[in-house]
Amino acid sequence: MTDKHTPKTTTKACSRRSFLKTAGKALPAVPLLSMQTEAGFLERFFQKNFKELSTREKDQIVKRLEQEYEKEYGKKFTVGAEPALKGVQFAYALDLSRCIGCRKCVYGCVTENNLSIDPQIHWIRVLEMDEEEGVNLHNATPYYNHKKVPAEGKAYMPVQCQHCRNAPCTKVCPVQATWLDDDGIVVIDYDWCIGCRYCIAACPYGARHFNWAKPKPKREGINTNTHYLGNRPRMKGVVEKCTFCVQRTRKGKYPACVEACPVGARKFGNLLDPESEVSYILKHKRVFILKEELNTQPKFYYFYG
Amino acid sequence: MYFFRPDQISYKMILKHRNIFSSFWGARIFIVVSILISSLLLTSFSADTDEPSSDKLGVQVPPPPFSEDIFPCSDCHDEEQPTNPNRRELEEEHEDLVLKHDEENRWCLDCHSPIDRDSLRLANGTHIGFEVSYKLCGQCHGPKLRDWKAGVHGKRTGSWNGAKQYLLCAHCHNPHQPAFKPITPLPAPFRPSEIRLNK
Ligand code: HEC
Ligand code: HEC
Ligand code: HEC
Ligand code: HEC
Repeated sequence: MTDKHTPKTTTKACSRRSFLKTAGKALPAVPLLSMQTEAGFLERFFQKNFKELSTREKDQIVKRLEQEYEKEYGKKFTVGAEPALKGVQFAYALDLSRCIGCRKCVYGCVTENNLSIDPQIHWIRVLEMDEEEGVNLHNATPYYNHKKVPAEGKAYMPVQCQHCRNAPCTKVCPVQATWLDDDGIVVIDYDWCIGCRYCIAACPYGARHFNWAKPKPKREGINTNTHYLGNRPRMKGVVEKCTFCVQRTRKGKYPACVEACPVGARKFGNLLDPESEVSYILKHKRVFILKEELNTQPKFYYFYG
Repeated sequence: MYFFRPDQISYKMILKHRNIFSSFWGARIFIVVSILISSLLLTSFSADTDEPSSDKLGVQVPPPPFSEDIFPCSDCHDEEQPTNPNRRELEEEHEDLVLKHDEENRWCLDCHSPIDRDSLRLANGTHIGFEVSYKLCGQCHGPKLRDWKAGVHGKRTGSWNGAKQYLLCAHCHNPHQPAFKPITPLPAPFRPSEIRLNK
């Protein structure tokens, strides 16, 4: 990144931070607060971490967000707040012998999760490498550009959030805005994120992305079916990443990338269910995980079918 | 320290996940599931065992991907169009159909029935419908069929914990030229240097 991309600190985080600073020096803070005219500012300012919200508080927040989004996008949104499913450990398996590098998953994800088109954010990167070398990340590139895929002699490996059991990103977060939920999804409370980007530095998979500017998702066909911890519209200055499509998977659906894959390389399910595809794969196929020497213990397995 | 190669690690993981099922609840679930399965098998034996196994799997398979107006085949393949069992270049019809599937050892009637063109024919002479064409493929691609039934080869959509849709082999592989055709990829991502911040 060059200097001109270094952002000013975010509006939201800035107001929280500068408030605390100023408030510390010069109490009472009431005049300062009354200067703020932005609607919902106070509610947002005093909003707790998602984990600590009562059902009633969640309902209120969800309602407020739905109104905000409707105002901005002119469409009715639903913002879900479904908690982690009981008796479920989500896991993912990806068949490297099928993947042809078509990037359908990448754009399926963009549409489902309302990813910013400008500036561009992709939660999935498909790496291309030489077939002969096996999985060698040193010579891998996501920028390949062929007329047709798979290209002769090349192999492909999509990478996204690995939903580690021992996730470095959640440990470095100074405010616990990101955590491993009970069903195995690593989630982010965008409203709690202060934009420090420690998690981006900590993630060995490059799976986290920062909103340097106000994200602009496609307005046409924006997905109004959202989750608080998932694909609801984000703001400038917060980190985002793959959530296993929490808005879909907590309602029993497959993630969007599974459905987008034309070759059926992507498998998803519940590790605690012995009948699930992922359980079958762990039992019957050789699987490997990325950078296992870091002991991150991903729940994202790669295999050769 | 780096003791394990990835394939060894995977074995470790398999063992680890096996442990889930040897637990107290795992054992109980195993018993209940086996009772369920055996009762299912008992009932299905008395019924038609040749039932599309997709029913037993609890998955729905979309109809076969025929071209328009080709089915039923018996519209043309009636008494006036007797079966010609000879290997030849087809000229009157299906002329763009080229066999590239172990073609030296194969001809149309290894798969299509000579007496009922609306059916496929297994090696043992059994006739099956096109909606279960995977049984035909499974004769020679057994391991692939097994993986397909488990949802590992091929594609399932729908609900990870409920009703699923399943694609037939023929939805992805043209039975006559089964190698997957290369396709056009979607655009590459921008390089960081190409990304401009909007104002
Ligand atoms: C490996 C087995 C196999 C062989 C060999 C084979 N077919 Fe087929 N054929 C199939 C299957 C399976 C389908 C059903 C595809 C589907 O579900 O749409 C099919 C479909 C067809 C169709 C309908 C295609 C369409 O456009 O929808 C025609 C026509 C046909 N076969 C003709 C032939 C002819 C002629 C030959 C010999 C040159 C031949 N087949 C050889 C398995 C075979
Ligand atoms: C529009 C009429 C028409 C339809 C519909 C049609 N066929 Fe044919 N088919 C023909 C004709 C005519 C030939 C003979 C072509 C030749 O000998 O050049 C033929 C030949 C074949 C042959 C080669 C063996 C033989 O008997 O000559 C196979 C196999 C075959 N058809 C399969 C199918 C299947 C399977 C379907 C349905 C999915 C189908 N056909 C639908 C007209 C048709
Ligand atoms: C009678 C045996 C037989 C049947 C039935 C059969 N195949 Fe094959 N298939 C083969 C053989 C042998 C090969 C390897 C030779 C080749 O690649 O041409 C093969 C190769 C393949 C390949 C790999 C092609 C490649 O070039 O990578 C695919 C995919 C495939 N078959 C799919 C199918 C499907 C789908 C069906 C059912 C419609 C089917 N097969 C039915 C014998 C069979
Ligand atoms: C969702 C699409 C899809 C479905 C459904 C599907 N396959 Fe495949 N299959 C693939 C892809 C992709 C490959 C990789 C082929 C390639 O790279 O050319 C493949 C490869 C194969 C191969 C070649 C061996 C290998 O491992 O690469 C065989 C044989 C095969 N499939 C058989 C089957 C059979 C039999 C069925 C049905 C029981 C089936 N396939 C269903 C997508 C599919």
